[in-house]
Amino acid sequence: MIALFDENRHLIEQGASPVVNAAREVATEAFARLGIPSSKVEAYKYTNLQAWFKATYRFTPTESGFSGNIDEVFTCDVDALESYTVFAVNGRYYEGSSYTRLPEGVVIGSFAELSVKHPELMHKFYGKLAPADADGVVALNTLLACDGIFVYVPKNMVVEKPIQVVNILTGDTDRMVNQRNFIVIEENAQARVLFCDHTLSNSRFLVNSVTEGFVDASGNLDFYNIQNQHNGVVQVGGYYFNQETKSVLSANYFTLNTGVTRNNIFARLGGVHAENHISGLYLTDKNMHVDNFSFIDHAMPDCESNELFKGVMDDGSTGAFTGRIMVRPDAQRTNAYQSNNNLLLTDNARMNTRPQLEIYADDVKCSHGATVGQLDEKALFYLRARGIGKEEATILLMYAFAYEVIEKIQLPGLKEQIRLLVEKRFRGELDKCDSCIVCGQLNDKILNASV
Amino acid sequence: MLKIKDLHAMIDGKEILRGISLDVKPGEIHAIMGPNGSGKSTLAAVLTGNEAFEVSEGMVEFNGKDLLEMSPEDRAREGLFLSFQYPVEIPGVSMTNFMRTALNEQRKHRGQEVLSASDFLKLMRDKKNLVEIDSDLTNRSVNEGFSGGEKKKNEIFQMAMLDPTLSILDETDSGLDIDALRVVANGVNKLRRSDNATIVITHYQRLLDYIVPDYVHVLYKGRIVKSAGKELAQELEEKGYDWIKKEFED
Ligand SMILES: Nc1ncnc2c1ncn2[C@@H]1O[C@H](COP(=O)(O)OP(=O)(O)O)[C@@H](O)[C@H]1O
Ligand SMILES: [Mg+2]
Repeated sequence: MIALFDENRHLIEQGASPVVNAAREVATEAFARLGIPSSKVEAYKYTNLQAWFKATYRFTPTESGFSGNIDEVFTCDVDALESYTVFAVNGRYYEGSSYTRLPEGVVIGSFAELSVKHPELMHKFYGKLAPADADGVVALNTLLACDGIFVYVPKNMVVEKPIQVVNILTGDTDRMVNQRNFIVIEENAQARVLFCDHTLSNSRFLVNSVTEGFVDASGNLDFYNIQNQHNGVVQVGGYYFNQETKSVLSANYFTLNTGVTRNNIFARLGGVHAENHISGLYLTDKNMHVDNFSFIDHAMPDCESNELFKGVMDDGSTGAFTGRIMVRPDAQRTNAYQSNNNLLLTDNARMNTRPQLEIYADDVKCSHGATVGQLDEKALFYLRARGIGKEEATILLMYAFAYEVIEKIQLPGLKEQIRLLVEKRFRGELDKCDSCIVCGQLNDKILNASV
Repeated sequence: MLKIKDLHAMIDGKEILRGISLDVKPGEIHAIMGPNGSGKSTLAAVLTGNEAFEVSEGMVEFNGKDLLEMSPEDRAREGLFLSFQYPVEIPGVSMTNFMRTALNEQRKHRGQEVLSASDFLKLMRDKKNLVEIDSDLTNRSVNEGFSGGEKKKNEIFQMAMLDPTLSILDETDSGLDIDALRVVANGVNKLRRSDNATIVITHYQRLLDYIVPDYVHVLYKGRIVKSAGKELAQELEEKGYDWIKKEFED
């Protein structure tokens, strides 16, 4: 991997922000030391990434490998939700992205370009949250960091319309994608940011993406990740957030389809009276594997965190959940709640769930619960006894199980859309071309237009 | 309408129903009484297709069809309804969605068109009035957080919505105060027609003051040990079940 970097070094570094380039030094050293984590690394116990990183993928850091026209291949039905939409194709910001005029001062666009234009932000924030020296995947991402999406919302600005980032994987070669994203919500600002992950070609993809998110005092970030990718995708998504005083962060992860997904979701409550809501819903079947690793770090007093992950697991799919909660000595009057509930539809599906609470303050309210269960036979019979077919009744119950997470969505249009997608998914009707918000249906042309 | 012949059923190798025969004709109301544990709910479960029980012998014909061959959902679609002794709470499934799905699946089965949203809502309103059920109950998840009485009313509401040809009411009176009992009985009586029938399972005579049966059967230890007219209910009320137990101890 380091050789790969050396080969591409001039390409990767040219035109990049000096801060981003400087961070490669530490990352090189760290990656040489850490490598890709095996399952011997405690945090990666249930997902052996080495197995996946061994396969051969093409890596072209400075080009997306896509030459079509997004507007042509996307035939969008924008009724569902009006949004500012940008595209990233194979990890690179797509220049043809178009959206209606942004509110004054808001910046959305290419990480490569904007990280050069905003050196003050880079100096202040870049690499401050994602641990390039401690996690091999982050080290690799930092080493290869080239482009991605940049979102900046200045002080006191409320962005009404959601900002939608459509991450597209496409092209007819198997590809490694390295994406770096950056979100800054300044003091008292508000935004809703959606990351929608899709694959549009049948190639295999190995995605290593790192997103750093900063929510300043009294800021509010409502973040969503909706993953609907095919089974040939291995994705490690690192989401590293910091929250200041009285800020609110909701981060919601929907894994509707994937091959292997590992989410690293870190949130540091670094100011008093901050509120953190993290939730996730993963629907697995076949031999999918979804591993959500979360770490809520209560560093300051009077904060609250609320975490809910739910999974519906079919066939021989496997999953893992780790919920680390750290309550540091200063973090008095912390409220921290966590639960992980899983519905296993077959005897072959497997789930590992582990809460890990470390509490060093004494005035703390903390609770956690984890369940792994089967469909409620009594409820199933009750529904059937009213004339609802077994399959339909099963879908109703699966949906009922998932619904608690869907209800957390704060955007009405998105909630409705996710409801439909989840239902379609349960019926086995979810197409790889079902985009989340912008597009009810994607055009087949994308498959042909791709390189 | 319903013909049960020598029905035997077991669970975990234990025989609970030990040869039941019963004939129910359109327009009739049958009461099945008997002490706790005699197999009344088991009979209801077997008739509705609960797979926890295994039928070891006998046959059941429902409107000329072999009932035991059918899946639970097909039995319901053919017009069989059970008011559960213990209705199940299903968080996350709304009453409205539940009823719309159930009704439309039944209609499809009968070759009828799916109800339009407005027709469905009108039907909900009418039937809610019939069983005097609170409007907000139907806005909630199925039975979730309902009181005992509300759950029973909700069963009768579903019965009204689905308009079955044969209804089995399993202890629908238990846990009801006198007002609720009257409402439930009223609902059942209003739904009564010459082409449908009802089996009322109870171990109190109380409900039978309101829903007057044509026949009363006593079930004891998995058998019908006595059948007579409505006066049998009176007699059981006065004398209790001890004499039955004595007479049919084996
Ligand atoms: N799920 C079950 N597993 C084992 N035994 C059962 C089960 N359900 C009922 N039984 C037994 O079957 C017998 C009849 O029960 P039931 O039909 O509920 O009686 P009733 O409704 O007349 O009070 C009882 O002895 C009861 O313990
Ligand atoms: Mg009973």
